[in-house]
Amino acid sequence: MSSPDGTAPPDRPDGTAADQVAAADAVEAKIEDLVHEDAGPAPRFGGLAEEHAEQEQAEQADKTAGVPAADGTEPPATGGKLELGAVGHLGDRLFGGLARGSGGLVVLIVAFVGIFLLALAIPALADDKSSFLFSRIWEPGGDNPRFGIAALFYTTVVSSIIAMIIAVPIAIGVALFITYYAPKKLAAPVAHAVDLLAAVPSIVYGLWGALFFAPILLPVINGLSDALGWIPVFAKPVGDNVGVVFTASVVLAIMILPVVTAISREIFAQTPIAHREGALALGATKWEMVRMAVLPYGRSGVVSASMLGLGRALGETVAVLIILSVPNGNDPWNSSIFAGGETFASKIANNAAEFDSPEKTGAYIAAGLVLFVVTFLVNSAARIIVDRSAPGKKRPRRNRRAGSTAAEGAES
Amino acid sequence: MTAIAENKPAYDGKVLDLSGKSGARAFRNTLATVLIVLAFVLAMIPLVWILFTVVSKGYHLLLTADWWSQSQRGITVRRAGGGAYHAIMGTLIMSLITAVIAVPIAILGAVFLVEYGKGTRIAKVVSFMIDILTGVPSIVAALFIYAVWITIFGFNRVGFAVSLALVLLMLPVVLRSTEEMLKLVPDELREASYALGVPKWKTILKVVVPTAFGGIVTGVMLGLARVMGETAPLLILVGYSKNINLNPFNGFMGALPTMINQDRTELALPNAADRVWAAALTLILLVLALNLLARLIARYSAIKSK
Repeated sequence: MSSPDGTAPPDRPDGTAADQVAAADAVEAKIEDLVHEDAGPAPRFGGLAEEHAEQEQAEQADKTAGVPAADGTEPPATGGKLELGAVGHLGDRLFGGLARGSGGLVVLIVAFVGIFLLALAIPALADDKSSFLFSRIWEPGGDNPRFGIAALFYTTVVSSIIAMIIAVPIAIGVALFITYYAPKKLAAPVAHAVDLLAAVPSIVYGLWGALFFAPILLPVINGLSDALGWIPVFAKPVGDNVGVVFTASVVLAIMILPVVTAISREIFAQTPIAHREGALALGATKWEMVRMAVLPYGRSGVVSASMLGLGRALGETVAVLIILSVPNGNDPWNSSIFAGGETFASKIANNAAEFDSPEKTGAYIAAGLVLFVVTFLVNSAARIIVDRSAPGKKRPRRNRRAGSTAAEGAES
Repeated sequence: MTAIAENKPAYDGKVLDLSGKSGARAFRNTLATVLIVLAFVLAMIPLVWILFTVVSKGYHLLLTADWWSQSQRGITVRRAGGGAYHAIMGTLIMSLITAVIAVPIAILGAVFLVEYGKGTRIAKVVSFMIDILTGVPSIVAALFIYAVWITIFGFNRVGFAVSLALVLLMLPVVLRSTEEMLKLVPDELREASYALGVPKWKTILKVVVPTAFGGIVTGVMLGLARVMGETAPLLILVGYSKNINLNPFNGFMGALPTMINQDRTELALPNAADRVWAAALTLILLVLALNLLARLIARYSAIKSK
């Protein structure tokens, strides 16, 4: 704050970041005065002219300081933004408080979800007579409640991972088709069509999957288990059971396809034109251009998109509930993906009518808590990958950061 | 001299011809193109198949007036007749309550992120939590509301509890899209308003939010479309009722997803199957209509960038 009074025009010998900050402060102070004292028209005019001059000067400063005015929309990213938060107006305090409160509410909600689930799960977990994490038995009722999530965890994770293995390559293909292969006129309708897949309610996916899609998967299941049946995961199915984990996985793959496609598409479209043209100029074929310029550029984006898709698949309830056949209580547990099973979500939804005693409810809430924690971890991982290395965001961010650190340095 | 001349033909024609690609590279290029087009075709198959199935099996009930005006009261699985009025109204009521609660919080939260908290640590935490909330499975949201609403407060299973669970799912969708739209509002507009001495809160309410209004409405539509098809909260938090119940605070309530769920085990009976597919078609039409509306609004109200 080199000119805190706000009325005196700040001296501007050469364009440096310090001047920019000082100039911005001056404008800010001026406007504060206007708001507070309801100043007459004359100083107001002066203020406007001042601001204009400052803007020009700030732009010059940008040039001389070597900070490229990358995003022209917010000219002096360092100090031009007028921060009027602390004006002290009643309306401002009220509205600002509401906005802050809403932001805080979001944090509170997520915290509450964890806390409440934990609070209700702990008493049930304390009564649990078997290992919660490693047991496969689920008999929460009665005097001797025993429940373990091992089988649920296995089915949930395996079905989601298979869904991801199927969905991600196809999603990358579709995203590439939309961004670089489809004719220009076709690209937008195609993108909308893929988005429509997300508009189909999950219960409809479940119905369609169980009735129409599962039967045509039978030959695939038989072929796979014939070829790979010696691995326990691909063990031969018992009978012609269509409600198997594999079928659920394929339907989950279709359901997460639009999410992964949409994010990959955006990242691919952001590949710098210089990279693409450089590859083509070196004589690369279109595929080589994609492989050498587009895919490496979009890798982290695709990884985080896949993680988001995985999060979706882990939590999907109704489609899985309808498709998967629940194994008989007396049957031995089967690790094959060509057998039935239950995921966390489908187990909870299947037994919603059973929530009669606190112990039982607690057992299901404990299962829900595990699902929450798993999706929390997966989604945080997606977020961290995006933050760390999203190529599309790197450049402007760096510039902004460089600009702001310069300004902070000058200020201190 | 002659040696050079003899060498020459070796260079033109085969080696120096850069216009074509070598066999292997050209093959790989073609293969990749075929695979990419194939991926797209593969992705389109389920969409077309599902839409065809639902439309062809469900359309004829939708053409009757009863479907839109009658409930399923007193109609057993085997009998034909009745309609989906109770379920359509239930779905609409629950999602409207959801929107009434979620939209103001979402918009204010976005205002906080863009206008008040930009760059602060709190904003980063809030932003992170929104991402987490986006990923919360609907069944977990439903369990949370079950834990609070039923286990702790001891209330009954009612439609309003479903709305509360849906708020958790709708909030992040609307918040994110609103945030994107507020970010697009040019700073010049804000600065012009400030320069005229307008306080910040009025600037936001009268300049920033109206400028982004179309985009915010789009986000609300998409959020509504997302929560309408959710089934898990309905299964846990409210019972299905065949009667018309328009009171979200009392009694069981019909909804389209639970109406589908109700009869899906009886698909061998033609009348039950008809109802299931007709309800599925109605639900898809509702969701699609909201999506299309969102697209239209987005197209005609985009913020003009310079």
